[in-house]
Amino acid sequence: MASQGLGREHSVQDLIAKSRDKKGKRFVEKLMPIVLVTIALISVLTTVGILFTLIFETFEFFQRVSITDYLFGTEWLPFSGSEPLFGVLPLVLGTLKIAVIAACVAVPLGIAAAIYLSEYATDKTRRIIKPVLEVLAGVPTIVYGFFALTFVTPMLQELIPSLKIFNALSPGIVVGIMILPMIASLSEDAMSSVPNSIREGALALGATKLEVSLKVVLPAALSGIIASVVLAVSRAIGETMIVSLAGGATPTFDLNVTGSIQTMTAYIVQVSSGDAGYGTTIYYSIYAVGFTLFIFTLIMNLLAQYISKRFREEY
Amino acid sequence: MKYLNDTTVMKRMKSRLTMNKVWKTIFLLATLLALLTLVILLVRIVSQGAAHLSLDFFNNFGSRFPEKAGIKAALIGSIYLMLIIAPVSMILGIGTAIYLEEYAKKNKFTDFIRMNISNLAGVPSIVFGLLGLTIFVRMLYLGKSLLAAGFTMSLLILPVIIVASQEAIRAVPKDQREASYGMGATKWQTIVRVVLPAAIPGILTGSILALSRAVGETAPLVVLGIPVILQFLPDGLLSQFTTLPLQLYDWAKRPQEEFQYVAAAGIIVLMVLLVIMNSIAIFIRNKFSKRY
Repeated sequence: MASQGLGREHSVQDLIAKSRDKKGKRFVEKLMPIVLVTIALISVLTTVGILFTLIFETFEFFQRVSITDYLFGTEWLPFSGSEPLFGVLPLVLGTLKIAVIAACVAVPLGIAAAIYLSEYATDKTRRIIKPVLEVLAGVPTIVYGFFALTFVTPMLQELIPSLKIFNALSPGIVVGIMILPMIASLSEDAMSSVPNSIREGALALGATKLEVSLKVVLPAALSGIIASVVLAVSRAIGETMIVSLAGGATPTFDLNVTGSIQTMTAYIVQVSSGDAGYGTTIYYSIYAVGFTLFIFTLIMNLLAQYISKRFREEY
Repeated sequence: MKYLNDTTVMKRMKSRLTMNKVWKTIFLLATLLALLTLVILLVRIVSQGAAHLSLDFFNNFGSRFPEKAGIKAALIGSIYLMLIIAPVSMILGIGTAIYLEEYAKKNKFTDFIRMNISNLAGVPSIVFGLLGLTIFVRMLYLGKSLLAAGFTMSLLILPVIIVASQEAIRAVPKDQREASYGMGATKWQTIVRVVLPAAIPGILTGSILALSRAVGETAPLVVLGIPVILQFLPDGLLSQFTTLPLQLYDWAKRPQEEFQYVAAAGIIVLMVLLVIMNSIAIFIRNKFSKRY
């Protein structure tokens, strides 16, 4: 009898039947997907929140400032008491100056580093250099800003005596250094995923390593490389602390890179740290500028996704 | 029977081989330039700031006088902020990752969530600051508090944690799940007892790296209006606070040269904090991650 009882207790079928009867367990099984989908929706809610915030407060801004004055105005003088001017173009131009200088630094260096790591470096070298690039990518932007202001600017002033303390050149170069690891690492990924058979085919035909790199691997990985550049430039456009510290606070509408400038992000920081009163036109202007910035980066991110999807070579 | 004339081949190949060597050196130099920048940056900051590092520096609050300025409030504030961000962002991030990897069906809705996350990752941090200012500081009346900043930063690093967790969960082989189902486990039991334990090293590594990004982040906090200098320590979730990067921003902006050294000393502390966090992440990755 006893052994029979034991056998019954340990029968798998019984255990399954028993566990089916547990109401709590069935409840958990049904509840968890609902809990998890709710959590997953928070990321969607964040996007909705960003859009809602930006659109709502920007709308408030355009009740006070005409939209054409904002989009096409070439003077940004929000603090001139009686007649403030809100033409966003100087801020956009300041941002573009930084992005272009950063790209000039980061694109050639980043792609060169990617070619070296993917085509020339031995496994051992790669294992040393890649983590260092990761460290470079992990340095907080405030540290880069300090570096630009206290090291790069004085160094550049030795070369270009007319360079002001606050200028576009120094933060532009440092932003370039900041986005370099991103271009190098993403481009290296794109090049490494080009199959070896293609390389070996070219080598067998008598091509040198350089020719294989530039004429075979680079074209094959081009979509990934361009996508990495677009993403990195989008990062440069949204970069805040480096340009706030070293770029200055003078929105100008010219192509001069040696004088003080102001980017969209730096303007938002300037107003936020100055504690503009809630409800003033200046307060709402940071949302309008933020919205403009958001549109810029969104377009670039979508472009990067489109490029890497549309032009990807499948092997 | 000689098809190739060695001398002509060598003559023609020579310039191409030289080009190969020249460019190899150029590529190497470009790579080393990036490394050199890192070295210069570190050497410069250590040489500027090391002299100012002392016990007083850790015990003093912010001050208008460079010799009295310390990072007590900022360091404690950064650590408190981390203690809020870590649980909030990890619960949200891991939950979303489990949903996407284990439950989500292949349909438009899932694609929409995925696309949304990848776009959220590209939104500049300062825009998250604007979001936090409107939603958390003003609409939810949290003020310029630890909680408002913690929520804002959690949303900022959420996409990174989701993607890292997804990769870790995806790396758990299917046989393990099927073995668990075969033993009669339910889906949730399988997730909690099989998938998550196997994926947790990867999830932790990704989360700590994301958290170290949040610790170094300045822009959203400036937008929220978090004060840069405080003479007291935060005493609750709704208390005012300041963080290391904010304190550094304030010091770096000051015209007096002495504050540059104070800022450099603060940067050393921040970098050491980040190095510790990264080392923990790497340790977890090397020690606990399994390869299947």
